Amino acid sequence: MPAVETEVEIVNKYGLHARPAVLLVEAANRFGCKIEISNSSLSVDAKSIMSVMRLAAGKGTVLKIVAYGEDAEQAVREIVKLFADGFGEE
Amino acid sequence: MKLSDIIVADAIVPKLASRTRDEAITELVEALAEAGAISRAKVKDITKAILAREAQATTGIGKGVALPHVKLEGIKKPIGTIGCSGEGIDFNSLDSKPVYSVILLLSNPKNPDEHLQAMETIFKHVQRDIFRKFLRQSETSQAVIELIREADEIG
Repeated sequence: MPAVETEVEIVNKYGLHARPAVLLVEAANRFGCKIEISNSSLSVDAKSIMSVMRLAAGKGTVLKIVAYGEDAEQAVREIVKLFADGFGEE
Repeated sequence: MKLSDIIVADAIVPKLASRTRDEAITELVEALAEAGAISRAKVKDITKAILAREAQATTGIGKGVALPHVKLEGIKKPIGTIGCSGEGIDFNSLDSKPVYSVILLLSNPKNPDEHLQAMETIFKHVQRDIFRKFLRQSETSQAVIELIREADEIG
């Protein structure tokens, strides 16, 4: 199964704080594929809230998303949309 | 950032008297005021702000832990406290299980990266099974303080 890989930038003012992190984890868990998110020093499981909060990703941070599995493409598309929308925040 | 730089030792509540989420949050904010970390006059507003934040989305992240928090003007650097509940509190958690450890955090809205760093520090420790287990077993402030100190040393 080929991996789907992309980069996203955090656009909302407060970064990937608790509420967006929960939205991200909930979205990730709707898919069967394995999804990893990483910053320059850490790669974490996108389905675990405890792990995602470790990224401490502020506004302007670029994160890499890699998904492996059957629905990887849809999962990445969905997640990219969340980041692009700033998780519904300013 | 270290956990001991964030947690106000004198505000730790090793045995929460509260049985509900709202009471527990109020109890912890009052403990911060009692410890002199925030002004007593602000207790009501801060509690209200945290509860409003909690109503938007639960901070009960699962595995018996909740992290109620809010960004507020006038907070110089991230400060927080920890409350432990033997009976467990319903936080409407993501995993629907009761919360035994409540870590409350206040930070400044003008410094979102500092808030994220504080959250990262908290999550770094909270994601470890052994930290959660010892925190849940702590019955005195001293036990919590020692646990935090040891956790900071491990890094």
